[in-house]
Amino acid sequence: MTLKRHFGFALAFALSTTALQAADLRIGLQEDPDVLDPDQSRTFVGRIVYASLCDKLVDITPDLEIIPQLATGWQWSDDGLELTMTLREDASFHDGTPFDAAAVVANIERSKNLPESRRKSEVKSITGVEAVDDHTVKFTLGAPDATLIAQFADRSGMMLSPTATAAAGTDFGLNPICSGPFKFDERVQQDRIVLSKFDDYWNADAISFDTVTFLPIPDTTVRLANLRSGDLDMLERLAATDVASVSGDDALQMEQAVSLGYQGITVNVANGAGADNPLGQDARIRKALSLAIDRNIINQVVFEGAFAPGNQSFPPTSPWYNTDLPVPERDVDAAKALLAEAGYPDGIDIEIQVANNPVQMQLMQVVQAMASEAGINIELVAKEFATLLRDQSAGDYTASQIGWSGRVDPDGNIHQFVTSGGGINDGGYSNPQVDALLDSARTSTDLATRKANYDAARVILQEDLPLIYLYHVTWIWALDTDLSGFTAYPDGMIRLEGVTKG
Amino acid sequence: MLAFLGRRCLIAIPTIILISIFVFGMQKLLPGDPVLAMAGEERDPEVIAYLREKYRLNDPIVVQYLHWIGNALRGDLGISLRTNQPVTELIGEKLPVTLQLAVMALIIAMVIGIPAGVLSAYRKGTWVDWVANTIALSGLSVPNFWLGIMMILLVSVKLGWLPASGYQPLSEDPLQSIKTMLMPAFVLGTAIAATLMRHTRSAMLGVLKSDYVRTARAKGLAEGVVLVKHALRNALVPIVTVTTLLFGELLAGAVLTEQIFTIPGFGKLVVDAVFNRDYAVVQGIVLCTGIAFIAMNILADAAYRVLNPRMTDL
Repeated sequence: MTLKRHFGFALAFALSTTALQAADLRIGLQEDPDVLDPDQSRTFVGRIVYASLCDKLVDITPDLEIIPQLATGWQWSDDGLELTMTLREDASFHDGTPFDAAAVVANIERSKNLPESRRKSEVKSITGVEAVDDHTVKFTLGAPDATLIAQFADRSGMMLSPTATAAAGTDFGLNPICSGPFKFDERVQQDRIVLSKFDDYWNADAISFDTVTFLPIPDTTVRLANLRSGDLDMLERLAATDVASVSGDDALQMEQAVSLGYQGITVNVANGAGADNPLGQDARIRKALSLAIDRNIINQVVFEGAFAPGNQSFPPTSPWYNTDLPVPERDVDAAKALLAEAGYPDGIDIEIQVANNPVQMQLMQVVQAMASEAGINIELVAKEFATLLRDQSAGDYTASQIGWSGRVDPDGNIHQFVTSGGGINDGGYSNPQVDALLDSARTSTDLATRKANYDAARVILQEDLPLIYLYHVTWIWALDTDLSGFTAYPDGMIRLEGVTKG
Repeated sequence: MLAFLGRRCLIAIPTIILISIFVFGMQKLLPGDPVLAMAGEERDPEVIAYLREKYRLNDPIVVQYLHWIGNALRGDLGISLRTNQPVTELIGEKLPVTLQLAVMALIIAMVIGIPAGVLSAYRKGTWVDWVANTIALSGLSVPNFWLGIMMILLVSVKLGWLPASGYQPLSEDPLQSIKTMLMPAFVLGTAIAATLMRHTRSAMLGVLKSDYVRTARAKGLAEGVVLVKHALRNALVPIVTVTTLLFGELLAGAVLTEQIFTIPGFGKLVVDAVFNRDYAVVQGIVLCTGIAFIAMNILADAAYRVLNPRMTDL
């Protein structure tokens, strides 16, 4: 083994000069991305590919501050109904089409009007967009929208070549043409996506790879084996159970960031007949369930301590977290007292549906064991994910273990889940006070006002508990030690600016 | 022979129609909603309604079926809901991959299974028989996925001899292609080799007791000639039958093997498609696999007649 490693080092050294000239970076992904059209795509893993392929109007820092990317600056009008953006003048698309204000207009219109667009809700507040001059664009809004800039840091802000979208229509994803540091070469479904360096990229000096190959390898053990055998340079979403083994390996390094999303239990409080049960009708029972759970133990037992225990829609590391309501300690006696108060001194039976993958099942089995000690007997109903989702949106469930991948703007993690008639409010929760607070947080551009609104809404939600939050995933990347310059971002993306090999 | 093959193909048509109805029906019985899966995390109702209309999911199931089969007859199997790629293109992309895996696995299975079966029948009750049986039994009992992961850890990670996973097209780099496919084909082949060995052994045992083998020996023929030309050739008919049936098992086994070794073939495609409720892809693949299986059976029938010219009245 050592002999082989020495030989490997010698070989790597001998090849290092040539490697600099023709460097390929191979990244292992957990899933195969869906269609490579930012307006139509919907998977997290697809966004990882976009990070190299498609530049956005703005980007984020690891601390979630919004910074310029294709836009160089922006200005809100006093009434918050007009947003003026100045654009980079040295950017162009992979097909040579110049990037300008007209391209931005075409992109926003596509996100709004393409019937297949999954971005409609993200850009709904925009009622008009016009090119003021070649490199200035003005957005007109129907109502103030504080979340808009953050949307531009994700798929809604990704700029596609207007020449290509006009020619390819909905087939754009078969040969995507954007303006990012790498251009699309080829894709073999379930096998690889190959991108090659875009020489005219405005920040080409920061890019040190000639090609990037994304390889979807769903099995976590096999993905890690590929990294160890040198077939991969890095991988995303290392299994928490492999953290110890990777940190003990001198040939590998690890980077981590707490994600923007959450995992928890959504309770059906008013979505059809499924809500007609004690758990859905009585907040005391939901509180008892929450109190029966030790979130730290879950993290230790199921995730080897790698994730972040949580009790709100934002992780405790987020600036939007309400620090007055810390992650509660487990209190079985208080849980029992609440049950007795609600009329169930001898315990209660409830049903929770869970996706039938090993990790979520293990999580819920731990919850089940903890809850039973407080007299809450959980019956777990394992469902395949598509079925779980269907039953959940149809209201055909009592409670559901589910999560959210997270958004840069806090609104994306909470508004549509708990406001009356919210798009993903599968629990059917409705509270005019919460609606008012979250609506106003959405429209105010003042950060302190927004924070106060979220804090106030959290106090109410913590009493009503339509969602019982459990933990926040930590993104874990494992990299070969010869890679340097990688920065972990809470959005889980892989940004290759400044990353070098050897 | 041609008339025979023609007849066989005609008989296959109703079977294929039955398969298509079955596949289509099963698919619709699956719980879960493809459009919900496609709509993404936000599940915009406007988009959901549009997609349902676009993919004709509001039509009665019979209308949906007729629409699909009508297009299929014209060579259009629809597009993947997940990636917008045409299903026929996907099948064209994946078919060579799985065929390569299946053929390599079958070769490995035959190279191991048939000689082992012949030997253990010939040396019945000796240590050769015992060793062959033990190996066969472990080949059958060790699960594919376990063997696969163990081999990756040993051969790729520890020894670094073969790539851990992935795929290289045969046309681009034949040597590398065979190297990447060797481990998965071995894992898939060993399970089948065991079955093949057991069947070869019992067929050979029967034949070795027959009169014509005794006669051949009495004529003073060399033992090798007796074994291969007289005994094995006659034992081959049941072996061909088993091999044909095993081909179906190979395709099923490929689903798991491709998943472990991340080979972009039929198996991986169909698993992903089922989870994403990518109806058009599942239907297209199962239909193709069904047709391939029927074709294998027709070929096997033809092979019987070549091996044993007495079987002309079939």
